[in-house]
Amino acid sequence: MVEALILPLVKIVIVLVAVLVTVMYIVLLERKVQAWVQVRLGPMRVGPHGILQPLADVLKLFVKEDITPARADKWVFTAAPIIVLVPALIAFAVIPFAGDLTLFGLTIPGRIADVNVGLLYVISVAGIGIYGIILGGWSSNSKWALLGSLRSSAQLISYEIAVTMTLVTVIMLAGTLSMVGIVQAQLAKGWWFGFMQPVAFFIYFVGALAETNRAPFDLPEAEQELVAGFHTEYSGMRFAFYFLAEYANMIVVSTVATTLFLGGWLAPFPNVSWLSFLGLVPGWAWFMLKTFGFLYAFLWVRATFPRYRYDQLMRLGWKWLIPLAILNVVVTGLLKVLV
Amino acid sequence: MAEAVAFYICAALILGFGALVITAKSTVHSVLYLVADFLCVAALYVMLQAPFLAVIQVMVYAGGIVVLYLFVVMLVNLKRPPEAHSDPRRLGRLGVAMAAAVLVEFAAIFALGWAKPASAGGALSPNNVEQIGRALYTDYLIPFEVASVLLLVAMIGAIVLAKREL
Amino acid sequence: MIITTTHYMLLSAALFTLGIIGVMTRRNVIIILMSIELMLNAVNINFIAFSHQLQNVVGQVFAVFVIVVAAAEAAVGLGIILAFYRNKETVNIDEMGLMRW
Repeated sequence: MVEALILPLVKIVIVLVAVLVTVMYIVLLERKVQAWVQVRLGPMRVGPHGILQPLADVLKLFVKEDITPARADKWVFTAAPIIVLVPALIAFAVIPFAGDLTLFGLTIPGRIADVNVGLLYVISVAGIGIYGIILGGWSSNSKWALLGSLRSSAQLISYEIAVTMTLVTVIMLAGTLSMVGIVQAQLAKGWWFGFMQPVAFFIYFVGALAETNRAPFDLPEAEQELVAGFHTEYSGMRFAFYFLAEYANMIVVSTVATTLFLGGWLAPFPNVSWLSFLGLVPGWAWFMLKTFGFLYAFLWVRATFPRYRYDQLMRLGWKWLIPLAILNVVVTGLLKVLV
Repeated sequence: MAEAVAFYICAALILGFGALVITAKSTVHSVLYLVADFLCVAALYVMLQAPFLAVIQVMVYAGGIVVLYLFVVMLVNLKRPPEAHSDPRRLGRLGVAMAAAVLVEFAAIFALGWAKPASAGGALSPNNVEQIGRALYTDYLIPFEVASVLLLVAMIGAIVLAKREL
Repeated sequence: MIITTTHYMLLSAALFTLGIIGVMTRRNVIIILMSIELMLNAVNINFIAFSHQLQNVVGQVFAVFVIVVAAAEAAVGLGIILAFYRNKETVNIDEMGLMRW
């Protein structure tokens, strides 16, 4: 009873709360990091150094008026933000946050579920999120929203190919689709796949930027051209849903990157004796640290690089990243057979 | 018992969404119901211990094919509804024949087909990704290669058909 | 209350029938294509139910092939619809008599 029902529920609640809090503070961190890069201070008014700013933002979004445009398709307009948010959240079901923990004499696996097709599950769930973007743009009955959503979905589909190809190389190295199995394969090999597959890691990083619509690929919401992209007509809580989904997706790709390329919950340098104290830090702390590092790279890139033009984006995706990813698969396969 | 409840819920959802797909007035709504239908079918696959197929169903059907439909529905921005002039009686005779065939099919299943429930612990493990891969790359290698050629042909065909000038 | 393969067969037959009704009654080509997808799904349910019943992986392998064919069909079919729509401004199947003589 406890292990079958209550434990997963508790874990789901913990993960949900953790993700939502992280989203709130990533938003604050993003504003702070950008401000520091541009030699500003960022939000400073709410609480010391603006630490309570996220609460103020949430309060604002809650009390804002929720507008449905006239002549919009009401049913689809309401459903679209939910269709975006739900896949972003359920993807966390297979992410292994830690190894097995022992608490009150109970062995608790540090994940919600270990599905043996875990990685494919993450990919397929991510594919569902596209609907929310297309439908949100279409149902608003607005040019900007429709153009933004078409751009966004085209971008997502294009870069999904390259990203999936990089995941194929990881699957080839690990020999399993289970997320826990992939981490254990890295433990067995003694190398994190990020170091064995630097090309795949790089392509994954670029593809992750594009798939989460982050700068320098934030064309779907290019303010100068498209007002705000597919969520132009949304306000209040529904807008907050889109916002939440975008950042939750950032966290999803970061956790997947951590699991696949950076060894998940494993501590670094397990075989260097004078660094063995690193093993005392619990696994979930390593996991969070790595995820946070990846998220920070997102913010760093946003503050540093200018936005791509649309044709440049497509050329980069189709003419460089996809062939490179396929070549990487071929080379990995050859090395696996020969070595 | 739990399995039965899950099956009947899934079946009701599949048939309900299927009926909505073919009756919805707006084509976009129809596409949405199709996605929901495919997701329920994926749930059914999980119950049948085919998790790989369930995930492929979501990834290829819901995440790929239906997105294509949605794109086309949005591109084909109709000025007048396509159902405007059609004669419902035109296909009457064919419809009766089809209905008869379906009735015969149902009757045959009822009369002949009450199978025993599948024996658990057979040769098929629930973690059968490896088994599927092995079958695809050994016994079904030639169909597999033919399927890849089919996909290539479809890709080229779709580009040739849809592009304005090459 | 045990769910047998027969239950899955009946479900599959019902879904297939829904697909046929869609093809027969709707005049919008896109919806007709979607009804065909429904029918292919009904076939897949049968394949996988029998794969489970016979404890044999071949049913699932064939379901994969069905999905491949469905993808190819959707790509080419929708390409044809787009090309046709560009010329005739309609997706009504009754007005698609171009290749008929």
